[in-house]
Amino acid sequence: MTDTQAITDNKRWAGVYKLLDRNSRIHPEFEPQEEIKEFIKSCKILVIGAGGLGCEILKNLALSGFCDIHVIDMDTIDVSNLNRQFLFRRADVGKPKAVTAAEFVNRRVQGVEVTPHYCKIQDKDEDFYSEFALIICGLDSIEARRWINATLVGMRDEDNPDSIKPLIDGGKPTGFPLCTIANTPRLPEHCIEWASVIEWSNRHGDRKMDTDDPKDIQWLYETALTRAEQYNIQGVTYSLTQGVVKNIIPAIAATNAIVAASCCNEALKIATTCAKNLNNYMMYSGNDSVYTYTFEHQRKDDCPVCSNSSTRLDFSGDKTLEDFMEYLKEKPDVQLKKPSFSLAGKPLYMQAPKPLEEAMRPNLSKTLNELFSSGSELTITDSTLPFSLQTIVTFV
Amino acid sequence: MIKIWSMKKENAGVNKNKPKVSAGQIRVQKDLTELDLPKTMKMTFPVPEDLLNFELDISPDEGFYAGGTFRFSFAVNGNYPHDAPSVKCLQKIYHPNIQADGKICLNILREDWKPVLTLNSVMVGLQYLLLEPNADDPLNKEAAEDLRSNRTNFANNVRKSINGGSVNGVQYDNVLSK
Repeated sequence: MTDTQAITDNKRWAGVYKLLDRNSRIHPEFEPQEEIKEFIKSCKILVIGAGGLGCEILKNLALSGFCDIHVIDMDTIDVSNLNRQFLFRRADVGKPKAVTAAEFVNRRVQGVEVTPHYCKIQDKDEDFYSEFALIICGLDSIEARRWINATLVGMRDEDNPDSIKPLIDGGKPTGFPLCTIANTPRLPEHCIEWASVIEWSNRHGDRKMDTDDPKDIQWLYETALTRAEQYNIQGVTYSLTQGVVKNIIPAIAATNAIVAASCCNEALKIATTCAKNLNNYMMYSGNDSVYTYTFEHQRKDDCPVCSNSSTRLDFSGDKTLEDFMEYLKEKPDVQLKKPSFSLAGKPLYMQAPKPLEEAMRPNLSKTLNELFSSGSELTITDSTLPFSLQTIVTFV
Repeated sequence: MIKIWSMKKENAGVNKNKPKVSAGQIRVQKDLTELDLPKTMKMTFPVPEDLLNFELDISPDEGFYAGGTFRFSFAVNGNYPHDAPSVKCLQKIYHPNIQADGKICLNILREDWKPVLTLNSVMVGLQYLLLEPNADDPLNKEAAEDLRSNRTNFANNVRKSINGGSVNGVQYDNVLSK
């Protein structure tokens, strides 16, 4: 690095370096090191979603000293995004969000490289996600957030600390409870949600609603209006309809900015250890002035996503699978009733359904040596367990 | 993070690619062993090692479709239970909610799928569709209209179709239980 570059770097990140070059009285464990500054420049960080939260997050990260940022989003820019997704301009309408956002940040913040991925998160495999040091989510789809959470938990390998990927999940509530929409509408928004969530599929079957098609919006508007009249609700308009189905109303720019800032603040703290992390859930509520509270979400013992960490068992490789099964039935801390076994997705023995049980039964009289090698990880399920047992069997 | 990062440097070269079992595979294993199948259903596994692809025969003992045996294919993808299993009817049958090419209109296979649902819920849903065809949500519009306007006529047409006869000029598969 040349001297002039070093100077511009120091100037550019002067604000961040104030945090990283000094000792902290609040967090005395932190020791400033040059290595830390290098780390945030070189580590790869992934932003999922380039929408309302994503734009804010990308901007914040780029200005916090993260230089290798990736962004993934499957959407294209809609004209209704422009009021809050500030990395996009009118001329960008129709282009992929990830690509446009990346180009904007690359142009604006020199030295930062944002790499776009214009696809679904489910299109990427574990190899892709394992490249990143840290992942930040700015998604509104619960399903996608569940997916990434389960994927990252599944990638964890206790022998390899690099496989542990911190996930910072930012989100905002959207939508109304279904029962309100269906039975007791009180607001014009409830009528519009009813038209789009319930009536749409009744009338149009499998056809997907196109929220960019004025004809579809017009149909929703008219349907919502009829329902509003039945319940004496005022205020259903064409533009409100558009706003509700495109999720524009609850996503106020300021809320996005606050949520995204909290996420990036945590990202910087995790990456540099310059301050203690938030433990581990923060909620901001802007309805009644500015109110936030923080509490610890505790881990659920029988969580179907994260509870299946591996246990280890020693057993003789010369004994049969049936012996092993009997052993598990009697072992006091497991006491399985009817365990089924598989190895790397391939079944070894299944208790049901019948045709499978019959096909697998010969395996019961085989020795463990014949079926797998010492140190293999079996997946054991049983009706008594709400989750599965991942068990590494070592032959003795 | 910086700590994890330096640990990583020390541990460089530790085996990275252990074969991992996807959460979906575990769920399928659990779902399958906990199936509670009534007498009217039978499963077959073309490849027993492959838990993700199998077939289900449903032989309804009452309703319009009693006497027939209907075969469905199940394909579970790696995203299960986030994605619903993909299910098709393997025979050409006369049914308001099943298309000639095997496509099925069942809410829990589409918009109402939730990860808490299981293979068992889907199977029960399919049987229900055979017991109570739904004229309000049609894929085969003619069959739906038939059911709505004249149940006796619809019942006769179903009889004809499951015997391998034609209805409105369309020939259907013989699905009578052997």
